[in-house]
Parts: sequence; C-alpha cells; structure tokens
Amino acid sequence: MFDSLSDRLQDIIRKTSGNDKLSDDNISDTLREIRRALLEADVSLRVVKAFISKIKDKVAGEEVTKSVTPGQQLVKIVYDELAELMGGSNTPISTEGKPNIIMLFGLQGSGKTTTAGKLAIKLRKENRNPLLVAADVYRPAAIKQLQTIGKQINIPVFTVDNSSDVRSIVSSAVAHAKENGFNTLIVDTAGRLQIDNELMAELVILERLFEPAEKLLVIDAMTGQESINVAESFNEHLDVTGVILSKLDGDARGGAALSIAHATGKPIKFIGMGEKLDALEAFYPDRMAQRILGMGDIVSLVEKAQENFDIESAKEMEKKMRKSEFSLEDFMNIQKQMKSLGSLDQILGMLPIPGLNKDARQEIAHVGEKQLKRIEACIQSMTPEERKKPEIIKSSRKKRIAGGCGIPIDEINRFLKEFENMKKMMKQMADMTSTMRKNPKKMSSMMNMPGGLGALKGKFPPFR
Amino acid sequence: MVFNLFKKKDDQQDKEKNKDTLKQEQQATAVCEETCIEENNNINSESDDAFAISVGSLKEKVSKTSEGIVSSIVSFATGAETVDDDMLDDIEDKLIVADIGMDTTVEVIEKIRDKKNSIRPDQLKDIFKQEFAQILKEAGSNKINLKENQLNIILITGVNGVGKTTLIGKLAHRYKSQDKKIIIAAADTFRAAAQEQLEIWAERAGVDIIGKYDSDPAAVVFDAIQKAKDESKDILIIDTAGRLHNKFNLMEELKKIKKIIDREAPEALAESILVIDANTGQNGLKQAQVFKEAVDLTSVAVTKLDGSAKGGIVIGISKELNLPVKLIGVGEKINDLKDFNAEDFVTAVFD
Repeated sequence: MFDSLSDRLQDIIRKTSGNDKLSDDNISDTLREIRRALLEADVSLRVVKAFISKIKDKVAGEEVTKSVTPGQQLVKIVYDELAELMGGSNTPISTEGKPNIIMLFGLQGSGKTTTAGKLAIKLRKENRNPLLVAADVYRPAAIKQLQTIGKQINIPVFTVDNSSDVRSIVSSAVAHAKENGFNTLIVDTAGRLQIDNELMAELVILERLFEPAEKLLVIDAMTGQESINVAESFNEHLDVTGVILSKLDGDARGGAALSIAHATGKPIKFIGMGEKLDALEAFYPDRMAQRILGMGDIVSLVEKAQENFDIESAKEMEKKMRKSEFSLEDFMNIQKQMKSLGSLDQILGMLPIPGLNKDARQEIAHVGEKQLKRIEACIQSMTPEERKKPEIIKSSRKKRIAGGCGIPIDEINRFLKEFENMKKMMKQMADMTSTMRKNPKKMSSMMNMPGGLGALKGKFPPFR
Repeated sequence: MVFNLFKKKDDQQDKEKNKDTLKQEQQATAVCEETCIEENNNINSESDDAFAISVGSLKEKVSKTSEGIVSSIVSFATGAETVDDDMLDDIEDKLIVADIGMDTTVEVIEKIRDKKNSIRPDQLKDIFKQEFAQILKEAGSNKINLKENQLNIILITGVNGVGKTTLIGKLAHRYKSQDKKIIIAAADTFRAAAQEQLEIWAERAGVDIIGKYDSDPAAVVFDAIQKAKDESKDILIIDTAGRLHNKFNLMEELKKIKKIIDREAPEALAESILVIDANTGQNGLKQAQVFKEAVDLTSVAVTKLDGSAKGGIVIGISKELNLPVKLIGVGEKINDLKDFNAEDFVTAVFD
C-alpha cells in the first residue's frame, strides 16, 4: 500500500524533468509528494504543514536543485529534520520521589496494562524494586489482568478488593510501598477519552495528591489524525513528562510519534515492540524517521527472522555450508523458513533497495516465487539419497526426475549446476562470517578485495 | 466501567469533585446498568429499536466529525463566486484530518475538481453528501446477516486494544434481549485475564460462555461449535485474541480457526466482523486488507466513535475495502453498540 518516499521522489523528479535534476518547476510537486507521504504515515496535518514550510526553506538554502542527486539529498534533509523533531536523544526515566511514582494513562485499548508490566521488568533490571498498582477500577477484569501479568514476571501487584476509589487505592499503595521497601510505584489507570471531563478530573486529583515523578501517556502507534488532540489534551490537564508509543511492532508508519512530539514538546521515552513482556525498548528518533519515510525496515525484518528461525538449526546449517556439505534437503528447509517470514514481495519490501519500486518488486517476487516452485517440484521428485548427494544424479536419474516433475532435463541440469555454484559461494560466505566473528579487523581487508563486500558499498543508503 | 449519567460540566468544578460524588455516580450507574438490562429484556424480540440510534443522537456523537468536514466546506464556500483549486485543496485537507483516507479523499476531490466550472460553491455541501452516501451504499447492506432456525456463527477479529471483548459483551446482551439462545467462545486464550473480562460480560448479559486459558484457540472454537450444535443455540459469538496483522504466525492461527468453522459448521458463519478503533489512522485500511484475506470478512464494526473527530474512517473503509460497516460503538454503556445506518450517518454528518 505504501511505497517508499525515497523511490517516489526519485520517480517524480525523473518524470517531470526527463533527468534526475530538481528544478524550480518540479519542486512544488516534490513537496506535495513529501506532504502526502507524511499524511499517509498518519502525521497530523497541522504538523505536516509546519514541517513542509521548514523543508522548503532548507531546500532553498542548501541549493538542492544544483546537486547531482537531488532526490537523495532531499530525502536526507527530510530525514534529519524528522529525527530532530522527535528529540535527538533518549531521555531516561526519573528516579525522583520516595517512593518514585510513575503514573500511566491514555485512551482505552492503548496498551497501558501490558506496558505497566513491561516497564516493571525494565526497572527491575535497573535494580529498582517496583510495585505495580492496579488502579483501573472500571474495565471488567483489568485488575485480574495486571495480577496475571505480575505473576508471570514475578513482580507484586497492589490491589484493594471491591474498591472503586482510586485515590484511596493509590494512597494505600504508597503506604504499603514505604512499609515493604518498594522504591518505585507503577500506577495503571483506567483508559479514558480525553474529552471525558469526569474521568480526566480523576487523573488530575491523583496527580495533585501524589505528585508522580513520571506522568506517562501511552499512545497506540496506529493512531491516526486524532493523536495530536489526544496528546494535547492529556498534556494540558496533566503536564505529561513523557510518552510511551505502543504496538510499534505492527506495520503502521507511526507518524503519531511526530505529531505527539510536535504538539507536546515532550520526549517519547519507550516504544512497545511486541506482546512478550520484555518487548519494551528505548526510543530512537532516527529509526522512527526511517520508518516514517518508508526507507526499508531492516530492524523489523531481523526481528521477524529471530522470531521464526531456529537458531540451533541455523548454526548447524552454517557448519554444513563451511564443509560444503550443504544438501538439497537443507535447501528445502531454508526455503520453508523463508516462507515463514512472509512472501518474497513482503521481504523485499522491508529491504532498503534503491530504485526497487512496488511494481518492480512485485515482478521480481512473482518470477522468483514461480521459479522456486519449479525447483521445489524438482527436488520433491528426487530420492532422499539424491537430495543428500546431488552429484550422483546422472542421466538415467535425470530422466526419472524429469518424468516425475514434468520439468525438462536441460532445466534440471541448469538448476543442479547453479546449486553447485551456490554451494561454493556459501562456503566462501560462511568462511568469511566465521573469520569476521573471530577477527573483526581482518574483515576490513576483505571489504576491499575485488568482488568482496566492498563492491556493495554505496549501493545502500546509510544506516545509523 | 463507568456509565456517565450526568451531563458533562465544565472542568474547573469537575476537577475538584470529591471522591464521594464519584462513588455515588458509580453506584448510580451500576443501578442504571441493571435497569437498562431489564428494560431491554422486555423488548419484543422482533424489535431492533434499542439498537438503532436516532439521527439526533447520532448527530451528537459525530458532531466533531461533522464540524470538521461540513463546517469547513460551508465556510470555504461562503462568499465565494466560483469553485477554485485553492478551495478544493482546503477541503481536501479537512477530509484527510477526518481520517477518510488518502486515496478516497483524493478520488472524491479530483472527481469534483473535474467539474468545478459547472458547479457553484453553495452546491458543494450537497455534492459531497451525495458522494459519501454513494460510497456507503456501494459497500453493501448494513444489516447484520442472521438466519432463522439455524446456528449463526459470528467471528470477531481485530488488532490489539480495539474493543473486541467489550463489543462481544454488548452484542451478546443485544441478542439475549431478543430471546435468542447464545453462547460465547472465549478463544482469546492468550491475553492475561481476557477470559475473565469476557466472563463478566457474559454474566451481565446472562449467556453461556466456553473457553480455557492457555489452550489452543482452535480447540476452544471446536468445542464451542459442538456445544452450540448439541444445545441448538441460535448464535455463537467467537472472541479471538487481538493480533497485529503483520504477525505471520498469529494470522495463520486465525486461518486455522476459520478452517475449523468451515469444516465443523459449514454455512453457519453468518458474519466475520473486523473491529476497528475509530482513532486508527491509515493503518486501519491495511489491517482490514490482511484480515479480509485471512478470515473472509463480511463487515466491519467501528468502536469508540464517540469523542473522536474521525468518523471519516467509516467512509474510507467502505470505499477502499468494499466492506460495509454494520455496527458502531458510541459509548461505554451496555446499550451503546448501535446498528450502523448509512443514510442516517450521512444525514447526521451533513444536515
């Protein structure tokens, strides 16, 4: 659905001027494209407008039009500007107060309860002694949910049975913490609409009474244009100290991050990256900027791979590659694992390959997947022995295989030859990675070998 | 769950509101909830009235969306003699802010731009109204598809935190009050306390529930279907765990559930409903696309429509996914799940 902004910019410049130069004529078209890309990433219109006028000034100032690669330069300006807007560096969480009180709030379904559990683990790792406080007295089973999470991560949860008075719950929790040596309270409050004055008042009362050191707004990364109103309203009432962006493991571009940063001027402190309770990470503005621009998403791809690949069998595979023992059987297994990552098109979409637009990508994926199916059919027509030792496949075996899978012999020949070559290449790669692991310095000399990794240099946009 | 009985007062006073008042309100609302249920139980089973929302109250719920779209069209058009590009650009911005979606917005705007010389500014409001009405109409009927004298399965899916469980509670209550025999399958076996949450809703609605924490959701669905058949239930509502649509394995799990339904009770799947949070942005369309492929969606429910200025998502979904919106959530009360009526919606937003 979304094409990468960098592709689009290159395209539009080429289309309007016949070459890769940016002119005064097509600059407005280009800015419109940037605007659209930001809107598609759910950045608030108000923020987009301010942003575009800033970019306009910068473009004029830096004379992008005279650059040889105006498209790339433009993307860089936008990228830098985005990262800066979201706050250059990460702001750590406050430890002030005895006990230190952290209050979580947000709309219904933004992920507060899960986030509370994740935050507790995070703080325990920093040698704090957290107590979770169940102050969502409205949603059915919300307290039970926090208790279950607490049990899973072995962190105590403070509850008051049958009480709907959040004020007294928190004040008892503070007393309980003081008595029992908990230095950090994480208060999970009920979800509420920012326009619900009664429920907002409840939060304000808590805030005034207990003066939490951290007032963290939890916002769903998939939120659309409404994010700016939500953030502004909560900030107005409660003067939030930071934001946690949840569910960023989805594929939303997360333009909400930009809107929130712009609207509140408050730092995004953490991002939720999965349903597992250790999936809370520090926020990196640069990664977020890449994501908003659609400059590939290597990080997600790696994470997906980690989720789906069996590390042990991968190690085993590497050993086989080094010893040139890699068989057709192994090849099939790898194909199977690749498929668990998604379609070829999806995988390619996550890679930042310059010039690979959506159509080209789908074309490659289509041809590739067709090819793979033929190869699979071919392998399936082989005996286990043939799969292990393809070198024993001579003409009579080839005839049988061809008969079995309906693929002409010359194609089978070609495939077997390619497989031999691939095996050789794999051995080289496997040797290289193992050298790299043992001796990273040697790697740099390899980079400069002809045909080595150095040949790839400059072909990918810089990743920070 | 607090059910706001009282009209909202201005903040300052509210902020100082002491806990006693809050408590009283909660008690009062608990009472209200009971009476609400009773009231509904008395409703004739053939009547859908409690679940329809009047144009007037719908208007109140979508007032912010209406302000965003319509006021701007009117104000841009006021005093102008002709429809020009700048005016259309400004309106385009407003449609985007209402989360109608980029593609739908651009398409509608371009359509009007093409004939801008033959229309007057004061006609714009009606033209937009017609365009949107047309989009909603083309997406299909807004009526929930239920058959008499047979098992009807309603499968509920969606990403995390959109309000699936709450919606099911309200839906169960609705059909219970129509004297239908209902069973809920708690197939969210993953999220902590999801089952307890659903159990509380089931208890409130007075319906059966089946489920087991930490077990295979497809197995829960299998058991539920057998039980529903054995006890000749009218409706089986299946709750599933929230899942992000880009999680391959979780989507496969959902396909497996669908497969079980198709195998164990062919023809019984009455509705496959995707629940979308009205606050969701462009990603909502992508969610719908992926879920549509996985479980063959028949319709969409938009939750949390009150309080949001983003009622536009209703239009975006109808247009870009060709799926009708059938249910809308407009508040936290057990009766706040309403049937979506396209005509009323357009009227509420535009008139």
